[in-house]
Amino acid sequence: MFEEVGTTTEGDIIINVGPQHPATHGVLHLVITLNGETIKKVEPHLGFIHRSIEKMCESLTYRQFIYVTSRMDYLSSHINNHACALCVEKGLQVEVPPRAQVIRVLMDELTRIASHELWWGAMAMDLGAFTPFFHAFRERESINDIMEETCGARLTMNYMVPGGVMQDLHPDFQKRVKEFLQLYKRKIHEYDELVTGNIIFQNRMKGIGYLSPEDAVSYGCSGPAARGSGVSCDIRKVYPYEIYDKLEFDEVLETAGDSFARYMIRLREMQQSIRIIEQLIDNIPDGDFQAKTKAVLKLPKGEFYQRVETARGELGVYIVSEGGTTPYRIKFRSPGFSNLSVLDHIARGSKLGDLVAMMGTLDLVIPDIDR
Amino acid sequence: MFIIKYIKEVYRGVKSLLVGMKRTLYYFTHHKEIITQEYPDNRDTLVMAERFKGEVVMPHNEKNEHRCTGCQACELACPNGTIKVIFKNELTPEGKKKKAIDKLVYHLELCTMCNLCVEACPSDAIKMAQTFEHSVYDRSELTKILNNPGSKIMDGVE
Repeated sequence: MFEEVGTTTEGDIIINVGPQHPATHGVLHLVITLNGETIKKVEPHLGFIHRSIEKMCESLTYRQFIYVTSRMDYLSSHINNHACALCVEKGLQVEVPPRAQVIRVLMDELTRIASHELWWGAMAMDLGAFTPFFHAFRERESINDIMEETCGARLTMNYMVPGGVMQDLHPDFQKRVKEFLQLYKRKIHEYDELVTGNIIFQNRMKGIGYLSPEDAVSYGCSGPAARGSGVSCDIRKVYPYEIYDKLEFDEVLETAGDSFARYMIRLREMQQSIRIIEQLIDNIPDGDFQAKTKAVLKLPKGEFYQRVETARGELGVYIVSEGGTTPYRIKFRSPGFSNLSVLDHIARGSKLGDLVAMMGTLDLVIPDIDR
Repeated sequence: MFIIKYIKEVYRGVKSLLVGMKRTLYYFTHHKEIITQEYPDNRDTLVMAERFKGEVVMPHNEKNEHRCTGCQACELACPNGTIKVIFKNELTPEGKKKKAIDKLVYHLELCTMCNLCVEACPSDAIKMAQTFEHSVYDRSELTKILNNPGSKIMDGVE
């Protein structure tokens, strides 16, 4: 018989998680309808950190608007800036020098590792393990130091500009990255020892929050959330940009579709990013780090779309130009929004304690969802 | 059969917990691998990266001269209206009127350290400083005038 699960009946409890709650990783408000301890409905309420970034971009020039996008998905700010720079270059028909392309890909992959490491620590902390957070931050710190040395900032770098990158690599960059790779390989087994192999962690993750491949596609999930269900959607493979089509790396796929599969995807993705960095770090071509562009950029009249793979999934940048110095309209397709929309679907029927595990594996960054 | 499976499960679980505990004990006894910086105490020895974007400054030489021509490229490049250039009229030795900067007002409270003004400057008049302890007691202290009082433009900078 068809059972109405989404409606409130007598005896149901409605509880609010957030907007200020450590488990939501930001200002997300969840209204949860409970029957006993079983979740009947999860309603995410957004808008607490809406800064109208899309509208702000309309009043900024094509050089200026890139820095705002660092504030969307602040954990993969390089990749956000990269997407915007690529979209503007598409309109300008600028050829990016090979050195700049390699630098961009190196920075993207370092950002991806840093983002996944923070997620790993926060994920373990959501489930009650506090120490892994510090272990994750130890490796992330060395990436942040590399970023600080070359880009001048640790989180919101604004390093990508239309036509290349803002500054050349720091002379110590290669040495520092190699040191990081050694450190990472020496410490990677700790991740499995501390968290992955832990019986309590496995019991709380396996079989929790099942997402079928069909639902992942119909809800528009992307990134590790969809690849955990076996949906091949890595933009680096499907629609390669920059030099990703010349690199050797695997698209990580798991078929279980539960929280543990999504967890394993991210751990294995870090290994693939390490593989990409190892291929590139000794082969950075000489030459310019920035193509010569005009001081005032003007995009021709038309519409331009570019998508990239951030640490969370597919980020799309859509620019409508009227031929002026500022965009007429900008739309960002953020990965977090679609991944959050599936939360209600996978949470129904499970227990309240498991909700945190599901939310953690979707890897929500609220400023990215709300923009 | 059920008993054997149950015992195996318990053994596996206890082992996994002990493996994690071993890692924790390792760091408990190896203090040298701890990399925490004790920040306010190490202030004297703390070295920031040379490209670190802390705030915009205008370097002056020993004769109190700067390189700013007042072209307003930084003002145009800034996304937030952080920089304002205020002009004055100066008399050259030949008696001609010449436009020169009076004040270059910099609002630190609006600045996002995006480095676009430094990139836009054609005469390298401004650069990023490595300071990062910007907290003050009053908001008005964050509005700074970058050129020193009585400073002039360097010879040869057009």
